[in-house]
Amino acid sequence: MSDLTKDHGMFGVHGSGDTSGFGGLVRAAASTGSTERPYGSYFDEVTDELERAYPEFSNAIERVVVHCGELTLHVKASKLVETAYKLRDTQSLRFEMCLGVSGVHYPEDKDRELHAVYPLLSLTHNRRIRLEVSVPDSNPHIPSLVEVWAGNNWHERETFDMFGIIFDEHPGLTRILMPDDWPGHPQRKDYPLGGIPVEYKGATVPAPSERRSY
Amino acid sequence: MTINQDAYAPSQETTEGRVYSVTGGDWDSLVTEIGQAKEERVVVNMGPQHPSTHGVLRLVLELEGETITEARAGIGYLHTGIEKNTEYRSWTQGVTFITRMDYLAPIFNETAYCLSLEKLLGITNDVPERASEIRVLMMELNRISSHMVALGTGALELGALSPMIFAFRERELVLDLFEYISGLRMNMAYVRPGGVAQDLPKGATTRIRETVTQLRKNFKDNEKLLVGNTIWMKRTQNIGYLDLAGCTTLGITGPVLRSTGLPWDLRKTQPYCGYENYEFDVITTDTCDVYGRFLIRMQELEQSLRIIEQACDKLDKSEGQPVMVADKKIAWPAQLSVGKDGMGNSLDHIREIMGESMESLIHHFKIVTEGFRVPAGQSYAAVESPRGETGVHLVSDGGTRPYRVHFREPSFNNLQATSAMAEGGMIADVIGAVASIDPVMGGVDR
Repeated sequence: MSDLTKDHGMFGVHGSGDTSGFGGLVRAAASTGSTERPYGSYFDEVTDELERAYPEFSNAIERVVVHCGELTLHVKASKLVETAYKLRDTQSLRFEMCLGVSGVHYPEDKDRELHAVYPLLSLTHNRRIRLEVSVPDSNPHIPSLVEVWAGNNWHERETFDMFGIIFDEHPGLTRILMPDDWPGHPQRKDYPLGGIPVEYKGATVPAPSERRSY
Repeated sequence: MTINQDAYAPSQETTEGRVYSVTGGDWDSLVTEIGQAKEERVVVNMGPQHPSTHGVLRLVLELEGETITEARAGIGYLHTGIEKNTEYRSWTQGVTFITRMDYLAPIFNETAYCLSLEKLLGITNDVPERASEIRVLMMELNRISSHMVALGTGALELGALSPMIFAFRERELVLDLFEYISGLRMNMAYVRPGGVAQDLPKGATTRIRETVTQLRKNFKDNEKLLVGNTIWMKRTQNIGYLDLAGCTTLGITGPVLRSTGLPWDLRKTQPYCGYENYEFDVITTDTCDVYGRFLIRMQELEQSLRIIEQACDKLDKSEGQPVMVADKKIAWPAQLSVGKDGMGNSLDHIREIMGESMESLIHHFKIVTEGFRVPAGQSYAAVESPRGETGVHLVSDGGTRPYRVHFREPSFNNLQATSAMAEGGMIADVIGAVASIDPVMGGVDR
């Protein structure tokens, strides 16, 4: 999350609303770069085993982050499916379950605006890790993981619907929650909340994002 | 990607306004295609307004006689944009939104959200024990009320009316407890970041124990109605089959996964809120069918009662201890109490901020209007809800509002299994299959 390097103000309020006088403070936020070994817990073992099973590890995994007691592997989009197969099929890893996809939009993260986050679960070893893939907004293509974990089908459709990330090779990438002809992808940061003002008998209520903010 | 480049509904500006062309089959080719089909195929739209689809779920069924050859679920009729909304509210206000997702299991939504948030704040170990005990108590009560709806409506959808009447009678007892404890029967926003909104009322454990006794007696009626009932077994046995391999590849958790014989319950495997200190059994069956899932839900009720009793014992011991983290920068100062007209600020607190301390008033105002800051980062926490793993992925940018809240809803995920369970079966059995997944559309669509 390279866009989150600075920390503004006392209460995190930007623009209007902050009357405390602390709004001018600027501090460096805690670094979110790669974590140094040892990672602790079972994280060293998982990364070691993946490195052993997957010769292209150093090429495929961009960063390894341990934060809040959770391991995140940042994977290159082009290597995602290979990595996923290794994580699922290697005896010592056995991540049988992928618990879906969560999209995150970081408009300030240049050329990596759209992130897809995959929480994985191993029933065999009782472990959890997380994969994260980031792609540029101008070319939002991530290979689909439906062939690896069929349950990702709807999750990827949802992430496409909400963020506009296109999952290549998905069996039927259509909108799932919004109507089929809905313009835009509602959960992106450049899409306002509500989007359209609500009209009641001539009186108009502004979209929630346009209302006064504290 | 801008609005103009939508791959599935390209649009262009014309003099009359914007025109969309939704891509899809051409009508002529569709007609020719139907003409060429040898067998007579019928496509039936079931729902979204159908009494047996467990909510606003639309099933598109392709039939050959009475056999389903293809089943697809259409969802999105209850999409309310809760995830997006939370990004415009403080972290604490988020609880009020997310409790409305899976409206039959509000406490589980709240707890999962708060556990994930507490991870981000780094206060997981600072949450007082009494708060965790109350959370466990509320979650297990909630599991009972949710399972009661699953059993009641599941039976109703298959044509058995009486179990529903009985199940809702039991659910009512639990909802009364919720009202007594939190002031609200549903969507309580009772679990808050750092603890719970308020302590239990005085003498609550006595009343809860009375209800437990009553419930235990009442559950026998439910069992007599359905367990071993020939008609019920004929409608549910060997129906909606899904084995372990199917469950893992589809990411299925909860009773459906346990009906394959795998004792996977997050309360045991990855304990949270101190579940490791409670004695209970993980119920499994190995039939992989609707009847097995029904039995699991039925027996989990008794396990929940056991946990509630143990929680009551613990709560008696921890009487008077705090139910919110000590950190005043996170804990809301507003002490709430249940009055005659519902829940509100306690009079002691009003007296302090209005009459005694200016600083208290300022602090109250700042933390309520702006909220607290959460260190940048992301976290994932999961709880075992009545339907499976409810996971919450939170991203913070260091501000007072969530940067991203994502719910991994078990209903949403498990509903994908409809096709696997229904295809090749009879049309009457699709109802049983969906009911055994027990999807709550508020959770599916969020």
